[in-house]
Amino acid sequence: MAGQSMTSSAVPAGPQESIFGFTKAQFIALLVMFAALVVAPFFLYPVFLMKLLCFALFACAFNLLIGYVGLTSFGHAAYFGMGGYITAHSAKVWGLTPEVSILIGALLAGVQGAIFGWVAIRRQGIYFAMITLALAQMIYFLCLQAPFTGGEDGIQAVPRGHLFGFISLAPDMNMYWFVAAVFVLCFLLIHRIVHSPFGQVLKAIRENEPRTTSLGYRTDDYKLVAFILSATIAGVAGGTKSLVFGIATLTDVHWSMSGEVLLMTLVGGLGTVFGPMIGAGVIVAMQNYLAEMGAWVTVIQGVIFIACVLAFRRGIVGEIGNLLRVRL
Amino acid sequence: MTTTRRSVLGGAAACGAALGGLPWRSARAQAANTIRIGVLNDMSGPYRDISGPYGLECARQAVQEFGNRGFNVEMINADHQNRPDIGVNIARQWYDQGVDMVLDVPTSSVGLAVANIAREKNKAYVNTGSATSDLTGPACTPNTVHWMYDTYMLAKSTGGAMVRAGGDSWFFITADYAFGHALERDTANFVRNAGGRVMGQVRYPFPATTDFSSFLVQAQASRAKVIGMANAGADTINTVKQAAEFGITRRGVKLAALLMFLPDVHALGLQTAQGLILTESFYWDLNDRTRAISERLRPRLRDVRPNMASIANYSATLHYLKAIADMGVAASKVAGVDVINRMKALPCDDDAFGAGSIRPDGRKLCPSYLFEVKAPSESRGAYDYYKLLQTTPAEEAFRPMSEGNCPMIRA
Repeated sequence: MAGQSMTSSAVPAGPQESIFGFTKAQFIALLVMFAALVVAPFFLYPVFLMKLLCFALFACAFNLLIGYVGLTSFGHAAYFGMGGYITAHSAKVWGLTPEVSILIGALLAGVQGAIFGWVAIRRQGIYFAMITLALAQMIYFLCLQAPFTGGEDGIQAVPRGHLFGFISLAPDMNMYWFVAAVFVLCFLLIHRIVHSPFGQVLKAIRENEPRTTSLGYRTDDYKLVAFILSATIAGVAGGTKSLVFGIATLTDVHWSMSGEVLLMTLVGGLGTVFGPMIGAGVIVAMQNYLAEMGAWVTVIQGVIFIACVLAFRRGIVGEIGNLLRVRL
Repeated sequence: MTTTRRSVLGGAAACGAALGGLPWRSARAQAANTIRIGVLNDMSGPYRDISGPYGLECARQAVQEFGNRGFNVEMINADHQNRPDIGVNIARQWYDQGVDMVLDVPTSSVGLAVANIAREKNKAYVNTGSATSDLTGPACTPNTVHWMYDTYMLAKSTGGAMVRAGGDSWFFITADYAFGHALERDTANFVRNAGGRVMGQVRYPFPATTDFSSFLVQAQASRAKVIGMANAGADTINTVKQAAEFGITRRGVKLAALLMFLPDVHALGLQTAQGLILTESFYWDLNDRTRAISERLRPRLRDVRPNMASIANYSATLHYLKAIADMGVAASKVAGVDVINRMKALPCDDDAFGAGSIRPDGRKLCPSYLFEVKAPSESRGAYDYYKLLQTTPAEEAFRPMSEGNCPMIRA
């Protein structure tokens, strides 16, 4: 099928030695990523980098579902935004430490993912996307009306607090290392999930669900667990973002955020390990550095999206991998 | 023609070359003798026509009129796309890179968020674009001045002054979210306090409501003299259009918009908007001074007339620069609080709003005007739209400081 050539790896896996589950090329890319994480804050604005990492994590969580299970959720903003709201509320009103706040936010996003996933995974394709979108819209209305979210003003002035109760995160560099650590942990977790036997079954479902069922796997259960994991990590990303900026607002639960994360994943490369990160980088950098150009930001975003879909269907990282004949 | 990768790449290269030719402005290291102002607003979304590029031009006009008094003024601009995270990121970056004052910032979630950053970095912040009265209430800071309209002032003028002008029975069509509720509650209080009656209200789901006909029919059935629209933006526009289709205003019922600006009326056209009641603090044809400043702005704004939100940037920039000139550039760079305090100490006076002052809680005071939109037969041409009904003096126009719950005032 033409549609599947996007997701399935065009490059034969081949006999490649692996280091901690990474192929050689992936391991080199991982080292480059670590180096970039350490060096970048000395050259670029740390708050911008933190935002980039939060969105990169969000896109990675999304990619877990669309890239490895083949489920196109169009409501991921609900988990991202809810994670943000709960974390902001825990940190501001209950005065909890940042790591506990993020965990609570992630937990709630996960519970939400379990309920929504249980409803949504019963259908495939466009129906799945529509159900997730509808449920996410319900969350949007909830956030608009619920007293604790502050309506259209959002939760403002959220304190970054003290990590483990004694490391102040108010300085941007401290916060940066914290965000980078959260990102790396979740990134490695996603990689571990994808390369576990569980992940192999997910990929089998993506390629051919009836055949996987015929082999004796309860595919619905696998899809649900993948959905919950994706929602939880999206919640971590949202919670971290709300602490970085000190706000949680309706933008993060709006459906356009669900579209944006899809765009990031497509631009970077669907079903690649590093693609979502690069895609998030491209989109966030455009929003930030092209802000001086006014209305052109959205136009340029649209043009890039069309160009990717027309000519670079594997995304930036997918195309590079194809050129170098490696899997990234 | 088939789309090949080569053609897309070629197109991209051409676009890149074209973009390279654009005059890119970017943050530069500032000279010690330069004051930098960052205009952060909506250049592409729903608030573009209210301020956006016009607000930026108004601020530039202020810099030009202020002239060179021993220091340079540099102005930069960015589009926050109505997203708090983008706005916060830009504002932080600006302040860290030597921007002295951030101006405009519509959308209350972004406006409130930038206030927190200004306090954290101890810089100056003048908001002219947000409607939330929290900026001088629970969220007030010593680094913020709220220059223009807020929900309280709009409700007081449209609700209270309208009753004095004869519209003493009201029905509300309210957007069902916090902003709509607040507008309805505040306005209803002013209506009752002024001796009017509220005949009822209907709340519609927000967003996603485009058909207001059943709500308008309910409003009409209540026999109220005034229909208050506690909503904003596209919702207000749609309500006005549909009310015109029903012929409600032709039967003598007044339609009161609680948040509407001159560009909205221009977009609707007088045929649809006639008879509409609204409040602004500025109208270009109000007096000789407002006509003079509007005329001076004509080369910059071309065919567009300023409204209270865009021209507030002119007024605020002028007063800010006066404060800087008064205290000296070196002293102004020490702390944003000092600049704001100097702004509060100096009396305001400009062609747009006349004489005025800034209260200790950061509220700029100016009169508010209740206008009625003219019928097409009364208008002499484009932008001759408003008839003045009532004036609320500056001291009474805004929420008293004692009721605002601003922590700085209680302390």
